[in-house]
Amino acid sequence: MANVPADLRYTKEHEWAKLEGDKARVGITAFAQEQLGDVVFVELPKAGSKVTAMKTFGVVESVKAVSDLFAPLSGEVVEVNAELPKKPEVVNTDPYGKGWMIVIKLDGTKEWEGLMSAADYETLVAAAGH
Amino acid sequence: MRYISNTPAQQREMLATIGAGSIEDLLARIPAKARLSRPLNVPAAMAETDLVRLLRGMSARNANADDFVCFLGAGSYDHTVPSPINHLISRGEFFTAYTPYQPEASQGTLRSIFEYQTMMAELCGMDVANASLYDGASSLAEAVLMAHAVTERNAIVLSKGVNPLYRQVVETYCEGPGLRLKSAALGDGSTDLDAVRKSVTGQTAAVVIQYPNFFGCLEDVKAAAEIAHAAGALLIVVADPVNLGLLTPPGALGADLVVGEGQGLGVPMTFGGPNLGVFAVKQELVRRMPGRLVGATVDLDGQRGFVLTLQTREQHIRREKATSNICTNVALCALMATIHVAIMGKVGLRKVGELSTAKAHYAAEAFARIPGVKLKFSAPFFKEFALELPKSPERVVKRLTKDKILAGVPLKAFDRSYKDCLLVAVTEKRTREEIDAYAAALAAAVA
Repeated sequence: MANVPADLRYTKEHEWAKLEGDKARVGITAFAQEQLGDVVFVELPKAGSKVTAMKTFGVVESVKAVSDLFAPLSGEVVEVNAELPKKPEVVNTDPYGKGWMIVIKLDGTKEWEGLMSAADYETLVAAAGH
Repeated sequence: MRYISNTPAQQREMLATIGAGSIEDLLARIPAKARLSRPLNVPAAMAETDLVRLLRGMSARNANADDFVCFLGAGSYDHTVPSPINHLISRGEFFTAYTPYQPEASQGTLRSIFEYQTMMAELCGMDVANASLYDGASSLAEAVLMAHAVTERNAIVLSKGVNPLYRQVVETYCEGPGLRLKSAALGDGSTDLDAVRKSVTGQTAAVVIQYPNFFGCLEDVKAAAEIAHAAGALLIVVADPVNLGLLTPPGALGADLVVGEGQGLGVPMTFGGPNLGVFAVKQELVRRMPGRLVGATVDLDGQRGFVLTLQTREQHIRREKATSNICTNVALCALMATIHVAIMGKVGLRKVGELSTAKAHYAAEAFARIPGVKLKFSAPFFKEFALELPKSPERVVKRLTKDKILAGVPLKAFDRSYKDCLLVAVTEKRTREEIDAYAAALAAAVA
């Protein structure tokens, strides 16, 4: 059974988003980090920069591959996980916790509804995994 | 020997396979008026002996640094090239212009590049140097693009003390991404730092100075670094690594990126190339650095080995998001530089700097005693200086070639306001007799 917390929403590019008031915390899913293998580098935007839904906001690099990170939602980056450059491995060990990447102050609430539910994402992962 | 070696029989077989009667048939679709109807105007094939004689004769019409006494500089210098360099680079294991395509299978090549990177990083006072780029000009242009990527800013402040040819290349590179270039004027030979201060804004990605600059004058790198950093911009220093055996490394003075032309480190001038693009940065910038990078590691058995590292920066992995579209290096020239620095050592390289400077100052004093001749600038200079002449520098240069002296580079072609000026470089190779002979010939030429 894939690790897909029910209280989060997801993108088809394997990012998760967690609603925190008018903000959303963002990271990559357990499935994504498994596929990437050992993460060695994460490049994130600066606080204050703007991100747009389904446009890239950064890069995650593993020993196997480099992948773009896609913003689940549009808004302003208000927080960036400063620990990641020093300890990129927490993306592997704790993708939904210490491995969070950015916090976005959302432009609106509309896009949230467009994200995948945990159930939908599990279906996607199940299809991708086999 | 033909480059495509197939026999008439093979050609017939191939033509038959595709159903063409002759090679001429393959060209039938090209309109007759677009085709050359006569034989190419090239001489008939020659015997090797005749060909060598012909080419030797043609090459003898060039003035070269073996038969002439060379005071040319402006980016390419007649420094000593110790003879072991040519012997070592000619070994089959080393003799390639390229970074190997199966890099880890060529441990010796990677090791030599790793040593090169270490030497350049130490000379520049930086944490990391790449495996080299094409030349000083492309290194600087790549550094400017990198500063733009790192700071996400669009303006560059470029000192007029930077080699004008490099500035042209930077201008070309900046056109695509739409970077704005601002020139900072020179004071009396070195960059006017007040002009730099006025040009720097919150949009400035980098300040660029050359040290010593194009005119040979020293720059206040530390002050330039302070101005750049106060505005959140990076400081790019263009430096000739030969001089860094003696001068304080730019990294110790606050530079964030150091780039330059490494030709002086054992690479012959060869009429302007191939050259050696040095590129070194601080550790925190390494992931934005262009070019190949060799790293040291250990294998499964714990033995030391070498790999190409941080390749995710490069375009074979990152495609259009790569840090640069340069993904090779000038391996052979980098090897020459590595052998050169190994032969010279710390003491030898320092001596090259000391001798070049001392001889340049001896020459400058001797030339400035000639009536009508004076030094253009009063700023302290290193191994190169600009003279102001009472007669056309082009004519003086022509006159001195009769005495087998390459007198220097007239500056008019770079900037009309220097139309009376001649840029003279003096390396450790020049002797007192050569400098005195130059002084005598110059005195006669301007009298």
